Amino acid sequence: MSTKLSDISIQAFRRENKRVGVRNHVLILPLDDISNAACEAVGNNIKGTMAIPHAYGRLQFGEDLEVTFRTLIGTGANPNVAAVVVIGIEPSWTKRVVDGIAATGKPVEGFSIEQNGDLKTIMDASRKAKEFVHYASELQREECALSDLWISTKCGESDTTTGLGSCPTVGNMYDKLLPTGIYGCFGETSEITGAEHICQKRAVNEEVGERWYKMWKAYQDDVIFAHQTDDLSDSQPTKGNIEGGLTTIEEKALGNLEKIGRTSEYIDILEPAEAPQKGKGLYFMDSSSAAAECVTLMAAGGYVIHTFPTGQGNVVGNPIVPVIKISANPRTVRTMSEHVDCDVSGILRREMTIDQAGDELIEMIRRTANGRNTAAEALGHREFSITKLYRSA
Amino acid sequence: MAEIPHLLVHEQEDNVGVVVVEGLKSGTDMLVCVTHDNSTFRLTAGADVPIGHKIALKDLKEGDTATKYGEDIGKIVADISKGDHVHTHNCKTKRW
Repeated sequence: MSTKLSDISIQAFRRENKRVGVRNHVLILPLDDISNAACEAVGNNIKGTMAIPHAYGRLQFGEDLEVTFRTLIGTGANPNVAAVVVIGIEPSWTKRVVDGIAATGKPVEGFSIEQNGDLKTIMDASRKAKEFVHYASELQREECALSDLWISTKCGESDTTTGLGSCPTVGNMYDKLLPTGIYGCFGETSEITGAEHICQKRAVNEEVGERWYKMWKAYQDDVIFAHQTDDLSDSQPTKGNIEGGLTTIEEKALGNLEKIGRTSEYIDILEPAEAPQKGKGLYFMDSSSAAAECVTLMAAGGYVIHTFPTGQGNVVGNPIVPVIKISANPRTVRTMSEHVDCDVSGILRREMTIDQAGDELIEMIRRTANGRNTAAEALGHREFSITKLYRSA
Repeated sequence: MAEIPHLLVHEQEDNVGVVVVEGLKSGTDMLVCVTHDNSTFRLTAGADVPIGHKIALKDLKEGDTATKYGEDIGKIVADISKGDHVHTHNCKTKRW
C-alpha cells in the first residue's frame, strides 16, 4: 500500500462518547419477546428506523440474564447506532436498558406496555422515533482515522480453503492494522478445540494465556462434557465443514486460528458481549461459534465492522454492523457471488499473495467504513441472535 | 507461476495436501505447491477428489498421524496409498 496505514482516513460518524461509527441507524429495540410486535409496528410507521426483534428477555436469571442485558445495552450503545427507542413490557428492566445506552450520551427513550397497551405505546414510541429520525438524518460524516475502527472477526461454513486463503487474509489485515491502534476481536470458544495449546501461546503474556485456558476448559467441562450424547463429531466439524473437506476438529481449529495472523497477540479475555476495557489491541471474546450469535455478541461489545471468512458460503449478516464476506473457494465465489465482498480465490491459484489479499481486505474495510453496503446489507441479512446460557425460570 | 496448482500443501512436513481445483480426475498429473516456501513437485491423483478435500502425499498406514499446518490433525484409521483421498472414512481425530 502506498499510503501509510496509520494515515488512512475514513468518513464516519463520531459519537457523543468519541467512538467512531460507520452506520447511522435509529433502532427500535425490544426488551423482551412480547414487545417485538410493538417494535415492529413502530418500525413500519417510521421510515428510516429498524426494529430488531428477538426471542428472549423474560424470566431469565443470573449470568444468562446479564448476557441478555449486556447484549441489548451494547447493541444500543454501538457507535453504528445514532439513537434508540426501547420498548419493554414493564418499566423497570426497560429503564435498565435505557440507562445503559444513555451512558454513551446518545438520544434514547424507553416505553413500557403495561397499563398502556400496544396501541398507545406504538403511538408514543412512533412520535419519539420520528424525532430521532430527523435528528439522525442531519448528522454528517466527518473525517476520522481508519485506526479508530473496532474490527471483529469470526468465520463460518469453513472448509480447507478458509485455512489456506480467507482466514490468513484476515490475519494479515490484523497484523497490519493492530499496530496502527485498532481494536480487534476473535472468539468461537468451541472452535478453538483442537488448537487450544497454540491459542494459549498467542496471549500477550502467561497470565492472560492461563486465564484464556481456564475459560476454554470451563466451556469443555461445563458445556460439552455435561451435555454431550456421544462426542462432538456430529457437530464439530459440521456437515458443511465435512462436505468442504475438513476431516477433524484439529484441522478446523488450525484453519480458524489463521485469522489472528502471524504476529498478533491477544491482550485480554472478554465475557460474551462485554466491551473491551484495556485499550487498543486484540481481544478474545468467550462466544458461541454459531455465526449470528457470535456476530451479535461482538457487535454488542462495541465492534463496528465484522470480517467474515467463509469457505462453503455462510450468508450471515447483522442489523447494525456491516459483515464483510471473504472467500477463497473458487466454487463458492462462482455459485454464491452475491454474498462475497472480497474474492481472494487468487490465493489458491497462486496469482495473489496473502500480503496482497490483506491489502485488498483493508481497502474493502475502508470502503465499507465510508458507506459501501456489504453483500449481507444489500441482501437484507439482519440476524440478531441473543446467546442463551441455560433455560429460563 | 504460469501453471495453476492442483494441490496446495501448507508446510514441508505435512503428509496431506488440499485439492484447489474443481473436478479433479483420477490419474491427473498434479502440480503440487507448498505454500510455506512456494516449492513445487508433481504427484498423480489416485482418485476423483472434490475441491477442498485432501490427498495423501505418501503411503499412509493405519495408526500413522496425519500432519497439516505442520501439526497433528488426527490418526489414519485405514491404509491410504500415495495420491488417494484422505477424509472421514480413513482419518479421525485422536480426541474421541
